[in-house]
Amino acid sequence: MDLRYTDQEQAFRADLRAWLAATLPSVAPEPHRNDWRARRAWDTGWQRMLFDAGYAGINWPKEYGGRGATPTEHLIFLEETERMRAPYVGMNFVGLLHAGPTLVVEASPEQKSHHLPGILKGEHVWCQGFSEPNAGSDLASLQCRAIRDGDDYVITGQKIWTSFAHIADYCEMLVRTDTEVPKHRGITWLILPMNLKGMDIRPLRTMEGSTEFCEVFFDEVRVPVANRVGDENDGWRVAMVTLSFERGTAFVSEMLQSMELVRDLADLAKKVTRHQSTAWEDTGLRRDIAHLSGELDALWSLTKRNISQAQRTGFVGVGGNVFKLAYSDLRQQLGDLSLRLLDRASLSLDDIDEWPTGKHVHGRIHALSIGIAAGTSQVQRNIVAERTLGLPKDR
Amino acid sequence: MDFWRTEDQEALQDGIRSFCEGRFPIESLQLIESSGGRLDRTAWKDLAGMGVFSLRHDGFSITDSVLVFEELGRALIPGPLTATYLAATHLTSALSGADTGEMIVGLCEIAEPVTMIEHLVDLDRLLILGPNTISLVDPKSVPTQVVSRPLDPLTPVHVALATNGGEIIASGDLVRKWRREGAVITAAMQVGASFAAIDLAVEYAKGREQFGRPIGAFQAVKHMAADMLVKAEVARAATYAAAVNLDGNGDDNLDRSVSIAKMLAGDAALFCGKTGIQIHGGMGFTWEVNAQRYWKRAVVLDTHYGNSEMHADALADSM
Ligand SMILES: Cc1cc2nc3c(=O)[nH]c(=O)nc-3n(C[C@H](O)[C@H](O)[C@H](O)COP(=O)(O)OP(=O)(O)OC[C@H]3O[C@@H](n4cnc5c(N)ncnc54)[C@H](O)[C@@H]3O)c2cc1C
Repeated sequence: MDLRYTDQEQAFRADLRAWLAATLPSVAPEPHRNDWRARRAWDTGWQRMLFDAGYAGINWPKEYGGRGATPTEHLIFLEETERMRAPYVGMNFVGLLHAGPTLVVEASPEQKSHHLPGILKGEHVWCQGFSEPNAGSDLASLQCRAIRDGDDYVITGQKIWTSFAHIADYCEMLVRTDTEVPKHRGITWLILPMNLKGMDIRPLRTMEGSTEFCEVFFDEVRVPVANRVGDENDGWRVAMVTLSFERGTAFVSEMLQSMELVRDLADLAKKVTRHQSTAWEDTGLRRDIAHLSGELDALWSLTKRNISQAQRTGFVGVGGNVFKLAYSDLRQQLGDLSLRLLDRASLSLDDIDEWPTGKHVHGRIHALSIGIAAGTSQVQRNIVAERTLGLPKDR
Repeated sequence: MDFWRTEDQEALQDGIRSFCEGRFPIESLQLIESSGGRLDRTAWKDLAGMGVFSLRHDGFSITDSVLVFEELGRALIPGPLTATYLAATHLTSALSGADTGEMIVGLCEIAEPVTMIEHLVDLDRLLILGPNTISLVDPKSVPTQVVSRPLDPLTPVHVALATNGGEIIASGDLVRKWRREGAVITAAMQVGASFAAIDLAVEYAKGREQFGRPIGAFQAVKHMAADMLVKAEVARAATYAAAVNLDGNGDDNLDRSVSIAKMLAGDAALFCGKTGIQIHGGMGFTWEVNAQRYWKRAVVLDTHYGNSEMHADALADSM
């Protein structure tokens, strides 16, 4: 085991740094969180810059327009872009990290040549239409129905929690194509253009008041059979391919942002007065911040282990679930701690004068969703207990 | 020793609960939010009509008040309830009208890093709580800056740019008494909000099905709900004990029992708030569902009369 980067990896980092240093000054400032049009333009504009410089689809195979970088190089890429405050993957997340990689493995040559370049160049934004009102943790029970009619599937039903559905061009979608067989065997994976007749996209408000996810209603929406990826009724397997991409590097940028939040919190503590001195003199607070800071470094090490495992075997094992569980808890603790330090200042979602409080309050609220989205912590614990520890199932 | 509600207390608490359910149905909160969290003066007078602000002059104890405020916390009723109650109790002649609901009295504590005033535009009088004094000011005269997006839309806030001036109307013992009672009344509201979050989550866990059964059938969900109850019941015991001690019917150290109540009730409300969200899954993260409102209120109430950690510090100092 060796934590040092190879010469080749260091050269990759140096080139990337030089490019970022030369490029970032020309990137416009980040638009407001809820200005969706501006955010789309910003996210996709950045993707185009990455594409032109040969950094798009960093982990995608070369033959499909990616860079074919190793998982370690991917990690370096995420680390450097985050440290230098380059734009985050943002709305390109589903395209670059879920739908795209799934298409690379499962799609037909025509589908690949039609869709992959659009994702890499930032021309197409994708969303994920998996969850339904009655199919969350129990995703396989999904009921959104697709009935074959000649060369089309006719879709009727509903999706929910579809992040960025109101801005996306395409959706990776799971539909029910057979109701007679066990639930996992009657699901099909489709490429859904977001502008079809019969679709009604209604933004949902999050607890913060923003509209990043939507409900999507389908009333006899016709999707060509040619948009199917994999075989009819084989969609669960295809979806599992997608989900397996969700636990490798997906949280790296987030985690680096958390490291910065912890450092900021320590800085803030040095400025806030408590008991005639600064909050930083408070041993309890220092200790809590130190715990979080140390645990984040450990999660960084865990990420390197996961990535190394993926590099050797192609898969991330239990480390992926361990990461998500530990990270979800850590963010809740960090959030609670930051609100207690801010005390009355936490009553505002925006910064107050020179106090950079907005990101801590926003981060606190975001933390409430991490243990829910992409598999709740309870379900993750079941997976660890049953699949890794071999404990009997309770159902 | 008989540390259980009397029949009269039970009737008092039940009466307030049904009043709140009728007059402040939880569904009406979204409407208040869309009005920018403005207070409804008629509703405020109805609260006064129920005797909420004048409890102490009407012969009720601090313990009785805690039972009443537990219900106000459960219903997430917005507004400076504690401040108006304490003003009616202790500054009766200077702030006459607080007891009848004619006068809405707010209070802000001078704090670090910023001093925030809640519900400023609806206040008739503002009290500024300093370390050893309470000053009375005209809310319109305080230089402030509005917070455009408050964390809790039911609690609109302004940043106070200066808190000097005003007329000192309380100091010494009264301020100490005020802080203790304020902390315990707030703890009662935190306990109420905790139990409301539990009720909502439990109801959801009974109805929501995944994998062909109610999610409440999964031990992971049961345990979350049970943990919420444990925290809330412990906090309730501490809060009632503090109130009974303040009424002179107990021998515990007053400051200590008040700090224990505020510390545990603050922790319980935040815990029940976030765990309630978790039990709701994605639904818990939406605006529509009330789970998040309990958490937001828990954040607000934790900052009143010293947050949980400040009370832990005070406890440690006393040991
Ligand atoms: C911010 C955010 C963004 C999202 N974006 C998307 C998206 O873009 N596309 C998409 O398809 N989906 C998306 N989701 C949906 C997400 O995947 C689901 O919310 C998640 O899978 C949980 O499903 P649910 O909300 O139906 O909760 P439920 O499954 O109803 O869970 C409710 C509670 O029951 C518990 N529970 C359920 N089953 C079990 C069990 N077997 N054992 C123990 N406990 C159990 C859960 O842990 C939870 O506490 C998003 C969610 C959030 C919060």
